[in-house]
Amino acid sequence: MSKLGTYAGPFVNEAARDFADSLVTAVNTTASVASHIYAKIPGSRIFARYVHASYQNDPYRSLLEACLVLFMIWYFVGKKHQPGKQNIETPLTEKEVQELIDEWDPEPLVAPLSEAQRMELDKTPVISGPSGSKVKLLDGKERLNFASYNFVGAMNQESTKESAISALRKYGVGTCGPCGFYGTLDVHMELERDLARFMGVEGAIVYSQGFSTIGSVIPAFAKRGDIIVADAGVSFAVQIGLRISRSIVKYYKHNDMQDLERVLQQLAKERKLKKKPLTRQFIVVEGLYADHGDICPLPELIELKNKYKYRLILEESFSIGVLGDRGAGVCDHYGIPATEVEIISASISNAIGSAGGFCCGSKEIVEHQRLGGQSYVFSASMPAMLAVSGIEGVKYLEAHPEAFTTLRQNAAVMRSALKKSLGQPQIVDIGGDVESPVIHLRLIHTSHFENRADQDRTLQEVVDEIIRNGVLVTRAKHVTDHEVINEPQPSIRIAVSAAHTKKEVEKAATVVAAALKKVLKARR
Amino acid sequence: MGKGKRAHFDSSRPPISSADIMHKPAGDDHHHTPPALYRGTTTTTAHDGGDPNAALEKSTDHLIEDTPIGVLITTYMSYFFLIIFGHIRDFFGMRFKKDEYRHLQAQNGYASLSSGFDTFYHRRLYMRIRDVFNRPITKVPGRTVHLLDRETNDFNKTYTFTGTTTEVLNLASYNYLGFAQSEGPCADAVEASVRKWGVGTCSSRMEAGTFELHLETEALVARFIGTEDSMIVSMGFATNSTTIPALVQKGCLILSDELNHSSLIYGARISGATIKTFKHNDSKDLEAVLRKSIAHGQPRTHRPWKKILIIVEGLYSMEGSICALPEIVALKKKYKTYLYLDEAHSIGAMGPNGRGICDYFGVDPADVDIMMGTFTKSFGASGGYIAGRKDIIDVIRLHNYSSVYSEAITPPVLQQIHTSLRIISGEEGGDEGHTRIAQLARNARFFSQGLRNLGFIVYGDMDSPVVPLLLFHPAKIPAFSREMLKRGIAVVVVGYPATPIITSRVRFCLSAAHTIEDLTYALQAISDIGDEMVLKVSSRPRPAIEA
Repeated sequence: MSKLGTYAGPFVNEAARDFADSLVTAVNTTASVASHIYAKIPGSRIFARYVHASYQNDPYRSLLEACLVLFMIWYFVGKKHQPGKQNIETPLTEKEVQELIDEWDPEPLVAPLSEAQRMELDKTPVISGPSGSKVKLLDGKERLNFASYNFVGAMNQESTKESAISALRKYGVGTCGPCGFYGTLDVHMELERDLARFMGVEGAIVYSQGFSTIGSVIPAFAKRGDIIVADAGVSFAVQIGLRISRSIVKYYKHNDMQDLERVLQQLAKERKLKKKPLTRQFIVVEGLYADHGDICPLPELIELKNKYKYRLILEESFSIGVLGDRGAGVCDHYGIPATEVEIISASISNAIGSAGGFCCGSKEIVEHQRLGGQSYVFSASMPAMLAVSGIEGVKYLEAHPEAFTTLRQNAAVMRSALKKSLGQPQIVDIGGDVESPVIHLRLIHTSHFENRADQDRTLQEVVDEIIRNGVLVTRAKHVTDHEVINEPQPSIRIAVSAAHTKKEVEKAATVVAAALKKVLKARR
Repeated sequence: MGKGKRAHFDSSRPPISSADIMHKPAGDDHHHTPPALYRGTTTTTAHDGGDPNAALEKSTDHLIEDTPIGVLITTYMSYFFLIIFGHIRDFFGMRFKKDEYRHLQAQNGYASLSSGFDTFYHRRLYMRIRDVFNRPITKVPGRTVHLLDRETNDFNKTYTFTGTTTEVLNLASYNYLGFAQSEGPCADAVEASVRKWGVGTCSSRMEAGTFELHLETEALVARFIGTEDSMIVSMGFATNSTTIPALVQKGCLILSDELNHSSLIYGARISGATIKTFKHNDSKDLEAVLRKSIAHGQPRTHRPWKKILIIVEGLYSMEGSICALPEIVALKKKYKTYLYLDEAHSIGAMGPNGRGICDYFGVDPADVDIMMGTFTKSFGASGGYIAGRKDIIDVIRLHNYSSVYSEAITPPVLQQIHTSLRIISGEEGGDEGHTRIAQLARNARFFSQGLRNLGFIVYGDMDSPVVPLLLFHPAKIPAFSREMLKRGIAVVVVGYPATPIITSRVRFCLSAAHTIEDLTYALQAISDIGDEMVLKVSSRPRPAIEA
């Protein structure tokens, strides 16, 4: 500091000198601190000695090295040159954008209906009067109803209607809100309790549409990165759930347990190889397959899922109120407690005869959906009248265990009568399990037909003929092109009900067989 | 106002349903006096909300007020403390109460069913205040609602019902036009319908579930909306989630408002189309996204889009904002795209004739390609509709998943839709429909203006029948709801994840079944609570309020 005192020449006054003093002091301190720090960096002395020595020996070399270092820094920090990307990044000018917009010629919102689609729309039966084991169509004539899923005859019982009306007088119709926002009624909770008791599990949760239930249940549990192994024969409602879940979905051959084990083994191997973390793993099956009418081999499924640590999601829309001595579905059918299956989901609109759907299982499974089940959280709750009808439906199932026997008998009668009336050679395949009330009739000689639409047309002719002769059946309807995996072959679907007498079932079988023979003969 | 007098319900009287209020001789004007529900509140005029029957001009109050900075900071701090404490509890809990945490950890080779922030949020934040959600009710959710009283001894883990009920004023249900009734022409018609048509359908529309009643009601809906044809679906959520895939597929683009309802997002996702969002109700942003999307085409392949579908809602129920339909229709025409309008909340509730947003703005319904709405709200029923040109509806009938696979809508619900629609459109019940619509519009304006005048931050348009009031702090969510319940009013409170984390809110749903006394009482209660909880944080100018 003292040396500054001698060098006072250019400063004109004291203040300026003071300022310069302090400035230099600051620089000095900073420099000394910096050199202290520098000295503390390991290897700094070596570096200093190196620079010093090389400068003394060869200043040009030092300069060159310094340039090289600077060049390296410039090269790494500078913009990367990527030849591929250059074209895309050139933004379009406003004029070009406008040209592209003017050029754009979008497709119409919907394509015009094809002839087959028009037929499908025009041939939809319209019912005039209540639905039941018999229905009246628009022409005023009564038909035996083998199209509705009124499996045990619980639909439109007098007691159900009366209960629904008294619910109307207490609750009105709509609930005017989702369950979370003052939309949970006491009757919803009662229905949930009844369903849980009927199924023999801890709890149940009620959704307001059957189709949307499974599509909400699957994504509530299976998230991105989770693994789902599903039967290739699952119905469309389940496929939606699989698609929306964003999980890794693998399919195995329909009802083929060996193929399932192969898929499970493969997945286990992959996980081991890639050392993936443990994720949730599910197997998704149906109790009674809607599109095939066969029953899943539950005991084997349970064995496999326990062996490979998977959880089982069971869709039972067509097996509850149908299979088992109590009608409690496929678990009841095999005599396995329903608690062995983690998640069971089903519709309330089929055998139970109301509307909506439910999912049941442990308390944890159920409560999880009250915040995680999309169509539970974001949809208005089920109208009280329908909840009460559901309660009545469950009551009906519990009070009429004989109906399940009748249903199985009717299904057997239908199958044998069909076989007998159709005779040989076989023209249609009568699919499904002997106990299944859902019977799909599929054409065997598919090579005789140009395409799917041609098969549909022929089957519709058969259906028309059947309806003319006093029986209501339907083709199994699908949204063509939307079913991603194995769209089922076109079929006529017969839904047998316990509400029909043996005579009626036999009559229906005769009518169906006669129509099939007549139409298919004309085709040949 | 009631000047701080704690009004309460008169338990000696029989409960009043909205039917008592709505059912009155035709020709009566809006000033009728319903049976008094409260003691001591009898004033009907001179509210701080101004003249309740003021002429309804189009509101321009679209702006959303910014969160005050102090509130913003304290709200984040609240969450910070809640999360820190949650983690501390988890830390010790996992060591000392292993059994309670078992289900959260992988066990026995099974990954836990719920994981991540969701389960933390659920256990540590939601569980504390679970009593203000999912409150079960009984009877009609009309002007008042009957709560089933419940108690908890384990901090909201389980509830036991005491067996008693409490009747409270209902500012929670979407009962816009007051059709949640167990009496009156709708209920009578529904009863007759059950006797004639039964309850169940047990089949899908395309198979054996189409009744004559379906066709009649669909024709009526089409006439009401002003379109060629319509189709009814058995569930509101499914109306969206199963129709969108019928319209757009891979190679198509969906432009969706960022605040669209979950059902629209669900439908868009299963459709396989590309989804882009634009800023809420911002037609400028929509245009920018449109221009860019059309110019650039599909991602990676750069092929032009097959078609572009803009999806908006008429009335956003969480924001109370009304869609800027005229501007969107103009854009839609300019860029040759298609428009899907979800009127779940607006149909019946908006417009001078209750015909929704098109009616409100005077837009021709033919300019909107797909008109969607639900019957859950204004009609007191359930399910939804899709309306539009006949060729479009025909295709949807064949491709809508609900129509092909799901149970058809049941006769009693259908009948409720049928009769309530006839009343709204004036085909039945004389002037009653118009009276209800006018009453709702008056109530909405009165209430919304009242809240604004009190200095609350309120979102949405003046004409919206759902009015969100901002609470911000997480602790105010339960506090507000509980305080309101103490004062005999049921309200819906919403927080994250249904709203952004900062803007927790309470949502009031107005109804034609409410009287001005009801709303005055509610405003007084809200004002009291607002003072206690420091909720009057709006910086907008407001008129001086009499003490």
